[in-house]
Amino acid sequence: MDLTYTEEEEEFRAGLREWLTKVLPGLPPKPDPGDWPARRAYDLGWQRMLYDAGYAGLHWPVDAGGRGATPTQHLIFLEETERAGAPYVGANFVGLLHAGPTIAAEGTPEQRARWLPPILRGEEVWCQGFSEPDAGSDLASLRTRAVRDGDDYVITGSKIWTSHAEVADWCELLVRTQPVSDDVPKHRGITWLVMPVDAPGVTVRPLRTLAGSTEFAEVFLDEVRVPVGNRVGAENDGWRVTMVTLSFERGTAFVGEVVACRRVLGELAREARVNGRWDDLVLRRRLGRLNAEFRALWRLTQWNVSESERTGGVPGVGGSVFKLRYSHARQELYDTAAEVLGPDSLDLSREWTLDRLSSLSYTIAAGTSQIQQNIVAERILGLPKDRNGRKDG
Amino acid sequence: MHFQLTDDQRALQTGVRELLAGRFGREALRAAVDAAGVDGSGARLDRGLWRELGEAGFFALCLPEADGGVGLGLPEAVLAFEEAGRVLLPGPLIATHLAAGTVPGAAEGLTVVTAVDGVVDGTGGGALVEWLDEADVVQGDASGAVPLQSVDPLTPLHRVHAVVGNRSAGRWGSPLLERSRELGGGWAQPTTAGADNSFAELLGAAEQLGGATRTCDMAVRYARERQQFGRPIGSFQAVKHLCAQMLVRTEMARAAVYAASVTADPLDIATARLLADEAAVRGARDCLQVHGGMGFTWEADVHMYLKRAWVRARRGQSTAVHEESLAADLLLPEKR
Repeated sequence: MDLTYTEEEEEFRAGLREWLTKVLPGLPPKPDPGDWPARRAYDLGWQRMLYDAGYAGLHWPVDAGGRGATPTQHLIFLEETERAGAPYVGANFVGLLHAGPTIAAEGTPEQRARWLPPILRGEEVWCQGFSEPDAGSDLASLRTRAVRDGDDYVITGSKIWTSHAEVADWCELLVRTQPVSDDVPKHRGITWLVMPVDAPGVTVRPLRTLAGSTEFAEVFLDEVRVPVGNRVGAENDGWRVTMVTLSFERGTAFVGEVVACRRVLGELAREARVNGRWDDLVLRRRLGRLNAEFRALWRLTQWNVSESERTGGVPGVGGSVFKLRYSHARQELYDTAAEVLGPDSLDLSREWTLDRLSSLSYTIAAGTSQIQQNIVAERILGLPKDRNGRKDG
Repeated sequence: MHFQLTDDQRALQTGVRELLAGRFGREALRAAVDAAGVDGSGARLDRGLWRELGEAGFFALCLPEADGGVGLGLPEAVLAFEEAGRVLLPGPLIATHLAAGTVPGAAEGLTVVTAVDGVVDGTGGGALVEWLDEADVVQGDASGAVPLQSVDPLTPLHRVHAVVGNRSAGRWGSPLLERSRELGGGWAQPTTAGADNSFAELLGAAEQLGGATRTCDMAVRYARERQQFGRPIGSFQAVKHLCAQMLVRTEMARAAVYAASVTADPLDIATARLLADEAAVRGARDCLQVHGGMGFTWEADVHMYLKRAWVRARRGQSTAVHEESLAADLLLPEKR
């Protein structure tokens, strides 16, 4: 067991720090959170800077235009960019972290050439059309239909929780190409398509979150035509295509967030010291406990990253263990922030108040904690599925 | 960075596990409990087992080879103590391990060493000593020790009042400390009693980790076998979620304990203690719950895991002290 970084890793870190110190002061001012076109431009601009400096697609395979970096280098990248206060992945999230890697793994040479370079260069934005109003945790029960008509699929249905839909160029879309029947279980009959968001028949309706912002949207599809050439993988094989990427996790998913939470925790302690609440023994011990929690989450991150380096990728279930604990810890962090703030915790102009509201999504998004616990129990611990043959994910 | 067990560490882990499975398996555990009796009055240390542990190098793991030890480090000691915790191996293991190299016979398993473990200022009910009657050497002042009826039948306890001043500075053997310095373990205050005791804290956390791992396994096995309503209870989500959280707590504790064994940093050790105590105590509680009515019986093993977890959680510094030091750490400027 070794927690020291190798010479190469330290060189990588030093080079990255030097670059960040040089370029971050020259960034344009952060856009207004409600101004989506400005956010798109800002996020793409940052991606372009990464591309020009050779940091784009760090974790992508070299033959897909990436750097083929090790999981540890990726961890260092995420840690250092967060510490330096660099922009988040933002609008580039789906392209860089899901659609792109999926196309890299499953796409044809033509598809890779068409869609991967613009993601790396910060030219195109992707969104994700997976969940539906009636297909959340039970994603495979999705009902958006695609019917073959000549060289096109004609798609009708609706998607929900689609982040960045207002400003996206492309949507990675899961559709049903074969109805569920006695012979066709719900996981079959799903196809993975690339849909241009500006296609006729696509309507985007922003959804307002409980925090007051429009972070995601509903997407309505009314006889939208998508060329068959935009299909990645075989028809009816879309579930597997999706899982190839979803189940391949390198343990790096929450690196930046854990670093950020540890910084916030330090800020909470200093705020409590200033406003006098530090003298409250119960609150102080709660902060100490949170310090232990996030220190351990950081160690678990390092453990998972090293494990994926050893085994060539950890199965997504390892990520479930981490996510269960982290999502809860994040909510506890901001509930504790409310104790530090006192009456100000009811003031929306305080950053931590908004962050407390946002933290509520963590035990829901990307698999609720209840579904994650089922996954851990069934796939890691080997407990039996229930008698209805329910299968999660 | 490679935060994974090395091949040698895996081999050591397997070796200790096999040794203990052969020498202190479930039947041996039950026999020891039966001998101890419900009130624990018959608890005796198995000197033969103690010597075998000594011969296998259990107590001399961290002693330099030049001094007749195995010459390994804190990570290896942690792995060995995790295995001991997994099978509820009885005896003052930590005190004897830390005395190797300073107390004659400790390293070889010929001398049983225990230690007075208590609060600094004598408040809070006094200090505890495990296995006082069976020990050959006591570190610290145990005069006036009074037996109490231990909740754990396999951990006899004495209470010592009137412990004045600091906790017997330097009472733990120092070879481990030396070894840590050689390894560049980032040890901040190697000469203070608090630093000495940190190693005991970490080895205790390793035992808790082993216990947590075992209770998770026990709960899962029982949930797969036990049938109600015509199906295994493990198919019910309410039971699944109990088991899933047991694993989550155990894996968090594992990362914290292993990391602390590498850095030997006092705050990493405090973190390891908090997470491992939580994993062990709550794990045993949930394991008991999964076992239903059987979990409340003497016959099932679960209660022994819970009781030992309570005993271990009571050792060394309190939860409050660890939380306070971790809180104070938050006010320090960030190190980069």
